[in-house]
Amino acid sequence: MKIAFTAKGTEWESEMDPRFGRTEFILVYDDEKDEFTSFDNREIENEAHGAGPKTSQKLFEMGPEVLITGNGPGGNAATVLEKAGIEIYIGAGQMSVKEAYEAYKNKNLKGV
Amino acid sequence: MKIAIASGKGGTGKTTLSTNLIALFSETETVVLSDLDVEEPNSGLFIKGELVKEEIKYKMIPEWKEDTCTLCGECQKNCNFHAVIQLGPQILVFPELCHSCYACSELCPTSSLPMISQRMGTLNHYENGNISFIESRLDIGQEQAVPLIAQTNDYIDETFDKNIVKIFDAPPGTSCPVIEATKDVDFVILITEPTPFGLHDLKLAVETMKKLRKDFGVVINRYGIGNNDVIDYCENDNIPILAKIPNSRKVAELYSMGKLIYTELPEVKQELQKIRNYILNLKINN
Repeated sequence: MKIAFTAKGTEWESEMDPRFGRTEFILVYDDEKDEFTSFDNREIENEAHGAGPKTSQKLFEMGPEVLITGNGPGGNAATVLEKAGIEIYIGAGQMSVKEAYEAYKNKNLKGV
Repeated sequence: MKIAIASGKGGTGKTTLSTNLIALFSETETVVLSDLDVEEPNSGLFIKGELVKEEIKYKMIPEWKEDTCTLCGECQKNCNFHAVIQLGPQILVFPELCHSCYACSELCPTSSLPMISQRMGTLNHYENGNISFIESRLDIGQEQAVPLIAQTNDYIDETFDKNIVKIFDAPPGTSCPVIEATKDVDFVILITEPTPFGLHDLKLAVETMKKLRKDFGVVINRYGIGNNDVIDYCENDNIPILAKIPNSRKVAELYSMGKLIYTELPEVKQELQKIRNYILNLKINN
């Protein structure tokens, strides 16, 4: 299964990015292959509008089943993610990616 | 003759100045007041009139036609606002993000994104003696002020003579709605208060007006509080100070009752007359 994280870096020890649309990186962990793929999303800073849908679309292309993030997506992004059928878990904004993954595995994160 | 009353900071007296100035003008000539703060118009609390026209305003939004779409992805590539997103076998349109630019619709090879109208708000036209008052109001849930401001300006251009003095109560801040409200006017009055906050946001407003290459002047409201920094700044930058409206508890009391101020406070009327004369001079020189 592929699990996506909004993060400020591309490693297990990286801090999570609590924002969804304007997250610095999207990090996708494939737990069957035990490998990461990442997308540098920092260009989103230059976008005045529509960060949520744009990031959602990128996420959709990366093909995860689950998204772990902090504050949770806004209305527009949530619409895209719902259509894409991605499960969303929030409240991991102050953790490291590793902590967020463990919290998800232990069912300590809130689903949306 | 179009005059916009704007400010960087909110709550510095745009509506107070707009409504009182228009009332003063109306003592001697026919004038137009337009409230362009369409997200929260409030000039109507002070200027009443008989409703002579009510228009529902629409903006154009693309609608996806699934049966003819070939999922080529041109639309999302052409949308600068990420309002059209391709998600696998479907196209999603986000009306709140759409700027009605028609790019997706016009460039779609199979015409699968026709533009349809969507209600965004209302325009009301009131008449009261020498004052024509135009107030536009966005519907609840609508996020974009710019299209409604643009259509309100069009209505005013079509309805009133070019030479009549028109005062536009602009939205606060320095973002798109302010640009739309000020871009076609002949002169901008920036109203501020003589405080550090007032000065900080005045500087932003001044930079904005310089970028737009607008002629502008400053009115200091609540003069007497704070410090002299706003005056020093205007003098150093050669920005004309049109008037200084004195700080007074009485102003707040009258405002709270929905009343005009200058009719009760001669010291305010005197300052408004300076602004009026300044505008009339501009008009002659135009």
